[in-house]
Amino acid sequence: MPRIVIDAKYCKGCLLCVTVCPKGAIVMSSGISRRGTNRAEAVEGIACSGCLNCTDICPDAAIEILPDGPGK
Amino acid sequence: MAERILMTGNEAMAEGAIRAGCRHYYGYPITPQNEVPEYMSRRMSEVGGTFIQSESELAAINMVLGAAAAGMRAMTSSSSPGISLKLEAISYMAGQQLPGVIANIQRGGPGLGEICASQADYFQAVKGGGHGDYQLIVLAPSGVQEMADMGTLAFDLADRYRNPVMILSDAQIGQMMEPIVWHEYTEPSDLPEKDWALTGAKGRPKRIIRSFFLKHGFLEKHNIMLQEKYARIREREVRYEETAVADAEVVIVAYGSAARIAKDVVSRRMKGSKVGLLRPITLWPFPGKRIRELAEAGKDFIVAEMSAGQMVEDVRLAVEGRSRVGFYGRIGGGFVTVDEMTEKAREMLAARGARK
Amino acid sequence: MKQAAREYRRPKTLESVPTHYCPGCGHGIAHRLVAEVIDELGIAERTVGMAPVGCAVLAYDYFKIDMCEAPHGRTPAVATGIKRARPECIVFSYQGDGDLAAIGTAEIIHAANRGENISVFFVNNAVYGMTGGQMAPTTPNGAKTTTSPYGRNPKTEGHPIKVAELLANFESVVYSARTSLSSPKNVRETKRAIRKSFQAQIDNRGFSIVEVLSPCPTYWHMTPEAAMKEIDEVMSKVFPLGVYKDWEK
Repeated sequence: MPRIVIDAKYCKGCLLCVTVCPKGAIVMSSGISRRGTNRAEAVEGIACSGCLNCTDICPDAAIEILPDGPGK
Repeated sequence: MAERILMTGNEAMAEGAIRAGCRHYYGYPITPQNEVPEYMSRRMSEVGGTFIQSESELAAINMVLGAAAAGMRAMTSSSSPGISLKLEAISYMAGQQLPGVIANIQRGGPGLGEICASQADYFQAVKGGGHGDYQLIVLAPSGVQEMADMGTLAFDLADRYRNPVMILSDAQIGQMMEPIVWHEYTEPSDLPEKDWALTGAKGRPKRIIRSFFLKHGFLEKHNIMLQEKYARIREREVRYEETAVADAEVVIVAYGSAARIAKDVVSRRMKGSKVGLLRPITLWPFPGKRIRELAEAGKDFIVAEMSAGQMVEDVRLAVEGRSRVGFYGRIGGGFVTVDEMTEKAREMLAARGARK
Repeated sequence: MKQAAREYRRPKTLESVPTHYCPGCGHGIAHRLVAEVIDELGIAERTVGMAPVGCAVLAYDYFKIDMCEAPHGRTPAVATGIKRARPECIVFSYQGDGDLAAIGTAEIIHAANRGENISVFFVNNAVYGMTGGQMAPTTPNGAKTTTSPYGRNPKTEGHPIKVAELLANFESVVYSARTSLSSPKNVRETKRAIRKSFQAQIDNRGFSIVEVLSPCPTYWHMTPEAAMKEIDEVMSKVFPLGVYKDWEK
């Protein structure tokens, strides 16, 4: 299953990815980042379909979708 | 053997630019400099360069900015009202440290004015005009040969210092015809490489052309660096010509067309009468040091300009009260005359108590 | 069209720095798309971009390519100077509402009319962001901004200007399209248009422009999600999406 990797350095918590994910695989974090905003975070256990909606909409290129397989 | 040919000032300047390797000219029609874009539209085609009659003077200077950013020798020309339009981009180019040549074939102002010669853009050229602390190197040709020579020199100075250069001419010099001689041009060997030019970041780190430094303290550092550059230019690039100054008691200070009249006064009308001429060739950097020396030697000055009095302020600053500085001017496109200038010189001599 | 391998990496041509843009700002998406296309076409080493005046004034900090600052509105003229000087470079102009449709109207029209072989990306968010939310030439009628506090009145402020349609009228324009960033589908369409514009330049076809409807959550006073809806429900009605000029048709 493709892996969602969200880099907190870039994520500003706009949460557009949350709105476009068809699987609910991304949610708003409960904590606040160093930037003072919520962040997006991948949900453990929900399968990413690799539709790339989130990476298409992310204004900060904060999300990478890595293919299945051992290691990064 | 050098060939003598008859050319107008405007065309000689344009040809001088071509000979300096300028292959990018952008301009907009405005009297009295239309010969420049017209000449360039033919010549650029012949040498495989770029000519664009842009949509405005504003667009033209921005095209120069782009071509200069890409490392090319680029030029635009206009006349007073059009130069006002260019000032924003000139300030940008100074901040971005881009070389480029801007020619102002001055006409009467303010506003639309009229189309005859004037020297009322001195402040605009030398004291900024555009916003911010910057300087242009300002060259003041006094005839067609100098138009030809400066059409070339301007590019060498621009490249040497990564700075825009202005050729401050006027309708009379632009339109008149005189015989000139073309000298073989060789690019000076000491010009720095354009290792800042935008060429596509192949095999090297990217380059940015910018004048904007938002981080606290960075713009101040940048300005200090610019001021240090201007100090170097002041040290090395002052140019002026003296006629009969050694024995003079009164020195006329004049440039461009006013200097042509002054030369006639000094070498013909008042020959032997202890009146000399100091003709600044660079208006910036200004020959202030030399003027101070002459003031310290006890000479008085008459500044002759076709304006309400602009360069006279720089002469007064240089003289700093050591001697008298008089002024003779004609304004609104009026032309200085030999008779009036002679009269002024006589008055000044009389005021010194000197015998004619 | 999905990427075959169901994976996505940060574009190489994007610098590895967080941007100063607001959360949910369309500039971020537009920058990312331009960088992706530059990567895919393999042209980074010969691309020169223009940074405008506006929120994207620091664009040169975000792309790993040679870039030139341009005075406000003069971007197409500066791009002309660079492209004519170095025709082998791929030159793009990146501008917002004020830069392109207010102060720079003459420059964009004449660069288009001359058919300069450049790519123009017009990020239209219908407001002046950098300076605090004033009315733009593309602000819709009735919209409230800091300089149209009672809502834009066409009688005194004129109607919003439709740039993609306007430039399509020029014979020398080979491609003029309007897309939006309001959804993944629209974002993909925008990327296709950006790619087509760069390809037109690579093939020496002439002037192309992509107008991109973009969200400004901050000055529309909306959440990023609501701003995207605003594009679909309001902005796209004022500025219809579509291809207005295409050399292939």
